[in-house]
Amino acid sequence: MDFIQWFAQGFIHWFVAPMQHEFMVKAILVSALVGLVCSALSCYMTLKGWALMGDAVSHAVLPGVVIAYIMNIPLAIGAFVFGVGSVIAIGFIKAKTRIKEDTVIGLVFTGFFALGLVLVSKIRSTIDLTHILFGNVLGISDSDIIQTIIISVITLVTLAILRKDLILFCFDSTHARSIGLNTTFLYYTLLSLLSLTAVAGLQTVGIILVVAMLVTPGATAYLLSDRFDHMTLIAMALGVFSSVMGTYISYHIDGSTGGCIVVVQTILFVLAMIFAPKHGIIAQSKNSEINY
Amino acid sequence: MGNISIDIENVTVAYHGKVALHSASIKLEEGVICGLVGMNGAGKSTLFKAIMGFVKPVRGKISIQGLPIHQVQKRNLVAYVPQSEEVDWNFPVNVYDVVMMGRYGYMNVLRIPRSIDKKVVQESLERVGLWDLRFKQIGELSGGQKKRAFFARALAQQGTVLLLDEPFAGVDIKTEKLMIDMLMELRQAGYTILISTHDLASITTFCDQVVLINRTILAYGSTSEVFTEENLSRTFGGSVGDFSGAKTNSRYLH
Ligand SMILES: Nc1ncnc2c1ncn2[C@@H]1O[C@H](COP(=O)(O)OP(=O)(O)O)[C@@H](O)[C@H]1O
Ligand SMILES: [Mg+2]
Repeated sequence: MDFIQWFAQGFIHWFVAPMQHEFMVKAILVSALVGLVCSALSCYMTLKGWALMGDAVSHAVLPGVVIAYIMNIPLAIGAFVFGVGSVIAIGFIKAKTRIKEDTVIGLVFTGFFALGLVLVSKIRSTIDLTHILFGNVLGISDSDIIQTIIISVITLVTLAILRKDLILFCFDSTHARSIGLNTTFLYYTLLSLLSLTAVAGLQTVGIILVVAMLVTPGATAYLLSDRFDHMTLIAMALGVFSSVMGTYISYHIDGSTGGCIVVVQTILFVLAMIFAPKHGIIAQSKNSEINY
Repeated sequence: MGNISIDIENVTVAYHGKVALHSASIKLEEGVICGLVGMNGAGKSTLFKAIMGFVKPVRGKISIQGLPIHQVQKRNLVAYVPQSEEVDWNFPVNVYDVVMMGRYGYMNVLRIPRSIDKKVVQESLERVGLWDLRFKQIGELSGGQKKRAFFARALAQQGTVLLLDEPFAGVDIKTEKLMIDMLMELRQAGYTILISTHDLASITTFCDQVVLINRTILAYGSTSEVFTEENLSRTFGGSVGDFSGAKTNSRYLH
């Protein structure tokens, strides 16, 4: 009896009480949505091996965000232009020079990011750099919420429609081409979605940590499933769970929300890495014992 | 004379200005199996990629059943199995999913399988003997089984033109025999098959025609006329020796 009472009190204190604040309700809902969308995309990123690309695009959107802010247009538009622009720049430099791809990615995204920093520093009075770099979901504005919802709908609908084609593109792009699919279109679709979700993620966890949202849930789910659809569902569940828990934790410990969300994601990854039924470290070492 | 199925006219392909295939002309009729033979680097894969439209010839024209390649692809007329599947073997798809990918060209934009698609996939899997393994993740198959899975996908495409780039490389004798038997059945059904292989000994058993290639077409025609020791030594730049009976003549493979 005592335990139940203690538990119920703890539950209310932890999960219900924060909801008295309107900003917490908004923050929880927005981070859950962003977690859902980023996780859905993270499956493609993990399987395509695009973690570095995700990092690059999410950093390269910074100047776009600042310029959009100055011009007073939706940040997503500026981010989109610079995200896709950075990818085109990467492709161009790779094709025209002898420099290897990872070097090109590294230099393009830091170049864009640096440009963004210069722009921010020149208009410091009106834009808060820390909010862009580290997120500010507890103080998210209504217009940012609407923007996040629009981005989420676009991303989820696109992924739902093109799911099979994108899976094939990630798995075997030669076959995709040979049956007449437009792989260039699929490539840029995936990158456009990456740029868009980078903006959504930017609001919750900030530019620096967006790449975690776009990689970790997919990687964790990949260890837990051998079917793409299961993997996606698992990733989305993990993404939402991490976002909600991370936001609560950050409220209670009064710490960085983005940091808490990504720490929760990483803990889940480590658990999966050790305990996953088939692809975890324990299962793998048992397997090799049987084989030899 | 059957209808011309694959028509390659004076095709030259270059990579970054370096010519890999020069003035190649081949006409293949329907219901023909044609072997494509040449050393490594002779331009076999390049020829396949040119037919599929993956590399654009600097000169010449290629059509299949009178249509340009993108039309051919839209109508599901051609199935292509590349030399080595550059796929991630740990990808979370099973054998059934992979073969179903051969049916996407027939489905609506959401790629929802209809009952005909499921039926064709089942038939294709049964034909290559992988139906019982259909729920295995693709990487859990053995080398030969993987090849058979991708062959089943090509079958499921139900195109009448089959392009196979070294399907026997790294495959056990049993699988090779099974695939050759199936190719002969498909020829019966009117398929046109272009197949590159290093297995000189088996070519005479199932290829109606042979193309000998070394950066250009050296000789091309019916197997009995073209597959002579003299022509082969021209193809491989030296004496072939006794290839009959040997599974592969490894001297020419590397
Ligand atoms: N993507 C490419 N870029 C540059 N050169 C290539 C490329 N693919 C093939 N080549 C060159 O073209 C020639 C023919 O290659 P390929 O068609 O693969 O021969 P084969 O399949 O007969 O072994 C080789 O010299 C090869 O180095
Ligand atoms: Mg080759």
